[in-house]
Amino acid sequence: MTLRTEDTAPWIFTIGLFVFWEAVCRIFSVDSFILPAPSEIFAAAVKYAGPLWRNSFVTLWTTLVGFLLAVGFGLLLGLVVGWSRTIYRGLYPVMIGFNSIPKVAVVPILVVWFGVGEVPAIITAFLISFFPIVVNVATGLATIEPEMEDVLRALGASKLDVMLKIGIPRAMPYFFGSLKVAITLAFVGAVVSETLAANAGLGHLMTQAGSNFQMPLVFAGLLALAIEGIGMYAVCAWLEYRMTGWAHRSTMNA
Amino acid sequence: MIELDDVTLAYRGRTGPVLALQGTSLKVGRGEFAAVVGPSGCGKSTLMKLVTGLVKPTQGRVLVDGQEVAGPVKIAGMAFQNANMLPWRTVLENVLLPLEIVEPYRSKFRAEKKQYVARAEKLLDTVGLSGFGSRFPWEMSGGMQQRASLCRSLIHDPSLLMLDEPFAALDAFTREELWCVLRDVWERIGFTVVLVTHDLREAAFLADTIHVMSARPGRIIETRKVELPRPRDLEICYDPRFSDLVQVLRHKIAEVRQA
Repeated sequence: MTLRTEDTAPWIFTIGLFVFWEAVCRIFSVDSFILPAPSEIFAAAVKYAGPLWRNSFVTLWTTLVGFLLAVGFGLLLGLVVGWSRTIYRGLYPVMIGFNSIPKVAVVPILVVWFGVGEVPAIITAFLISFFPIVVNVATGLATIEPEMEDVLRALGASKLDVMLKIGIPRAMPYFFGSLKVAITLAFVGAVVSETLAANAGLGHLMTQAGSNFQMPLVFAGLLALAIEGIGMYAVCAWLEYRMTGWAHRSTMNA
Repeated sequence: MIELDDVTLAYRGRTGPVLALQGTSLKVGRGEFAAVVGPSGCGKSTLMKLVTGLVKPTQGRVLVDGQEVAGPVKIAGMAFQNANMLPWRTVLENVLLPLEIVEPYRSKFRAEKKQYVARAEKLLDTVGLSGFGSRFPWEMSGGMQQRASLCRSLIHDPSLLMLDEPFAALDAFTREELWCVLRDVWERIGFTVVLVTHDLREAAFLADTIHVMSARPGRIIETRKVELPRPRDLEICYDPRFSDLVQVLRHKIAEVRQA
């Protein structure tokens, strides 16, 4: 019984939010230009279903391409950084500095280099999302139990052996955990770039709708973003669970 | 088998050089069960690292099997207070881990895997874990994990077993059970054991010789032969000779703690 309430809770809360929103808009008769009611937003979503689909798809693929680049690069850099203390110490300040730069500030540069379009979106998604992957993989490698390392090293294991047998499997839960953070960031990056300079994508659609004063459509765009974000997060969470279920079960029992 | 000859070890700590061991000399014969006891922080674990070749002495010599230790000795099995099982491997795969690392097993691992698995299962059997090979470590109790850890340290037929407080985290009953497991395995196979512990009863029950270390910088200040007859069983813990020995050791450690 408790389980069923728990399972339906996300739906109840989501629907509750929309009902509350609708009620507030009606009771206080809020101007739909300031805050459109959910009913108007849904109506706009149905009316502009075609453009919403097309642009959602553009945002989806730019995000995914940027994200996949970040996974590859982040995994590689994370392994390198976690491998050697010297590299870790040397590269860390640089990476933190790089990560501190708001990626919005980079988009104009990317536009100068690559022109308006999908490429800046992909690169922004990549730039914003590789950092958590690097940090997590490196942390997984750097926190090998020293005793476990001793056991292997006393047997004559090389650094590579220790990494292959312990470090990398150990870093996997960290890696898959970071994907959930990275995908959301990649999404943010892609949309930011689209908002500033693109010919397509949800960010572009919303800017256009905004300048045409079509507020319900702007909010429909937001809704599409939220749905897409949840979907991609869910895929990453599922992947994490499938790949490193042992980590969840072991912490639950430990 | 093991000889430490006037060994000093200093390392750079956070606040300057730390002297872990100073002028330590120690001899352990082949097939002997030696225990090292001492107050906490006396460098017992450093001793383990020296013997297994993980650290080099600042001064003096460490000999294992008549040869000066220059790198990892490869003939040693190790077990620690924490069982350190890899949670993504089953118990059996955990036990097999050393064979994936150390020669000559490493290069034959794929070809002879069946034989190695049989060997691991036999070893699991001797510590009372038969049928648990396909479980994951986190599905087992601390005592069972420690048994598996013992198997892992023995799978490659080491002639030397280094144990660093392996039973310290277990409850009293499990601990005594595992004393007997270790005793039986040792009596059957006959490897050399160095057991670092702060449990004096454990040392007296298991060991042939007990070495007492001083507080840091560590030094062996006393070596005692345990004259209790073998085979010993747990009843011997109530023997007056046993209590006398523990008493003497306790006083000795109390002395060095105050000094």
